[in-house]
Amino acid sequence: MKSKAIALVAALAAFGTGTLSAPAAAQQANEQFFPLLVYRTGAYAPNGTPWANGKQDYVKYVNATGGINGVKIAWEECETGYATDKGVECYERLKSKKSTVIDPQATGITFALTDKAPVDKIPLITLGYGLAASQDGGVFKWNFPLMGSYWTAADALIQHLGKKEGGLDKLKGKKIALVYHDSPFGKEPIPLLQKRAQMHGFELVLLPVTAPGVEQKATWLQVRQQRPDYTLLWGWGVMNSTALKEAVATGYPREKLFGVWWSGAEPDVKDVGANAKGYSALALNPHGTDSPLIKDILKKVHDGGQGSGPRDEVGSVLYMRGLIIQMLAVEAVRTAQEKFGKGKVMTGEQVRWGLENLNVDEKRIAELGLPGLIRPIKTTCTDHMGSTAVRVHSWDGTTWKMQPDWYEADKSVIDPLVKEAADKYAADKQLKRRDASDCNA
Amino acid sequence: MLYRENGQFKTSYAADQQIFPIAQDRIAIGLLLLVAFVVMPMAGSEYLFRAVLIPFLILALAALGLNILVGYCGQISLGTGAFMAVGAYAAYNFMVRIDGMPLIAAMLLGGLTATVVGVLFGVPSLRIKGLYLAVATLAAQFFTDWAFLRISWFTNNSTSGSVSVAGLNVFGVPIESPVAKYLFCLTVVCVFALAAKNLTRTATGRQWMAIRDMDVAAAVIGIRPVYAKLTAFAVSSFIVGVAGVLWAFVHLGAWEPAAFSIDRSFQLLFMVIIGGLGSIMGAFFGAAFIVVLPIILDQVPHWFDIPLSTATTSHLVHMIFGALIVFFLIVEPHGLAKLWSIGKQKLRLWPFPH
Repeated sequence: MKSKAIALVAALAAFGTGTLSAPAAAQQANEQFFPLLVYRTGAYAPNGTPWANGKQDYVKYVNATGGINGVKIAWEECETGYATDKGVECYERLKSKKSTVIDPQATGITFALTDKAPVDKIPLITLGYGLAASQDGGVFKWNFPLMGSYWTAADALIQHLGKKEGGLDKLKGKKIALVYHDSPFGKEPIPLLQKRAQMHGFELVLLPVTAPGVEQKATWLQVRQQRPDYTLLWGWGVMNSTALKEAVATGYPREKLFGVWWSGAEPDVKDVGANAKGYSALALNPHGTDSPLIKDILKKVHDGGQGSGPRDEVGSVLYMRGLIIQMLAVEAVRTAQEKFGKGKVMTGEQVRWGLENLNVDEKRIAELGLPGLIRPIKTTCTDHMGSTAVRVHSWDGTTWKMQPDWYEADKSVIDPLVKEAADKYAADKQLKRRDASDCNA
Repeated sequence: MLYRENGQFKTSYAADQQIFPIAQDRIAIGLLLLVAFVVMPMAGSEYLFRAVLIPFLILALAALGLNILVGYCGQISLGTGAFMAVGAYAAYNFMVRIDGMPLIAAMLLGGLTATVVGVLFGVPSLRIKGLYLAVATLAAQFFTDWAFLRISWFTNNSTSGSVSVAGLNVFGVPIESPVAKYLFCLTVVCVFALAAKNLTRTATGRQWMAIRDMDVAAAVIGIRPVYAKLTAFAVSSFIVGVAGVLWAFVHLGAWEPAAFSIDRSFQLLFMVIIGGLGSIMGAFFGAAFIVVLPIILDQVPHWFDIPLSTATTSHLVHMIFGALIVFFLIVEPHGLAKLWSIGKQKLRLWPFPH
């Protein structure tokens, strides 16, 4: 009887190995598979959901317009809940299906997957987040923090403050506070801000907020005591709206509060409404429904009842970010197809080459339907970011108003820091820098 | 029928006191180990190792450690995540700061550091009991969360606060591939499970249980509460610390304090409660229930091609999982291990009712 039970257990285990490793969705051999790591539940769901919907809508849109040179896209979502261990499980689950590229949607998951990417040969796109040092393609062969990292963000914010003051030298003697999510995500910008503080002689006040950030009374008490001239907000999810409410309660002027691009979306200000008026944040991407691309998506995806989320979410800040992440991933596949064969399914390695040789110029941006709304992105073997251009938008009580000035991270400030951090990472991991022959390989 | 003791006579004390006195059990365990050590590495997929078996084994080890404290000694602890974190960060620092530190040594040193911290936070148990003690161990949780976030020395001044390890090996054998990681975890878990099982059958183990069942009576018959409670804290923290090292080094590779948050402590406490308090087997049952079940539930809609949105699936998993926890605890408050042993008792006499 006992051995029967054992036999049963063994059979179950065998069944488990079979089913757990079998691809869930029947995937055609001629389809490009995109794993979509998302979080629609948990503390960060309000922000994760539009992001996920943007990704999925773009995939549907590409399929509706004939695929990537005829190659249709297959996809599967996996819920991470923003948790690192769940993210690793999702990654492993979807990896077996010949994943093209991964957007982990979380800094913690990115850290865990960075070690796995070179082994599994699947590139990571961490648009506007992840490891700041990973823009150095010489060390991070598989990481692509396209369009910006926390360092370029911090740099742009300081430049913006300098502009407001009438010159970076005017920041001397000023006090700038950083209210940050106490996790790798929130800590990343600190080295750059410290460097800038040295350069311009302002005082940097660090105010950590324990995740997820619903309790910030003590932090804003500090703000009230210290009276910083400017406060930078480095939050995600519920932390942002809480910070704004606390700023209102503290009487801290919203005009002096500047958020990173993860603190500048609709869910962050919606609950605060008119009280958040005057608050500004970085705008990594455009928003709104006026662009040809969005009109086309509404027509080809949403009108056919294929929309991933509600129609009125289309064009919101984080929806657009998800869309652009997916768009650049598709562009990478397209670029790879130019080299390795049009109309073929690309492997992770080939897509990596595509990501390293992206060249999305003005003309291509217009073709994609976002004319003038994003800056050209051109990656190289050593530069895995492609562009650091970013604007600022301000909340006028009902909508985010884009301001015209573009900022680019100051290379003379960023590059030495990146090189130093990348070298340290390489030394820790006993990695060698890629030599020139490895480029274009 | 097949599960009978007829004709199995014991002629020595040693034979009568062995862990598995019934021959069928010995054969079954032997087969299980054979499957785990030989068949699995050949048959298992990478996903199965990395996403299912490795987390299951490591958390089973942590549950085993916690069970020594909660199940055998009756001292409720909500600081398990903290002791895992202490083990992980201590081992990380030994690796980073001492050149050529072998993995096994770092792991044991991490465990020993967790022991010291565990005993330190176990001291209040000499004065307070039950729920009050639980709150005191909660302090350990919040303290370590704070320490590893804010004291940069612990993270080797990592700017982001996230740390990672690379190039793990045991006696020159690299622990990189999923199979190697699995076998390494499996070996560690087997060694610790055997040690824990035997420890609970010694005088020390019986002292723990006496303290658990009635501490006043235990003190009257000469058991020293101080010694019993602190040894339970020490042994438990050591095992939990080693599990923390494995979780950080082998499973995650790169981690931040959030990996050992209060959620982890609760998860482990639920494991020992559902698995069965005061049972070595219970730790494994509990870990299987809490780790593997959600993963399976999560994929059911895919297997049957039921079109459910990701969010709905995730919510459903939480609901079903919660309902199952309630169901099992109503059916058998002593956990899955108790159900298992009742089943075995019934089988011994089957087909007769008693």
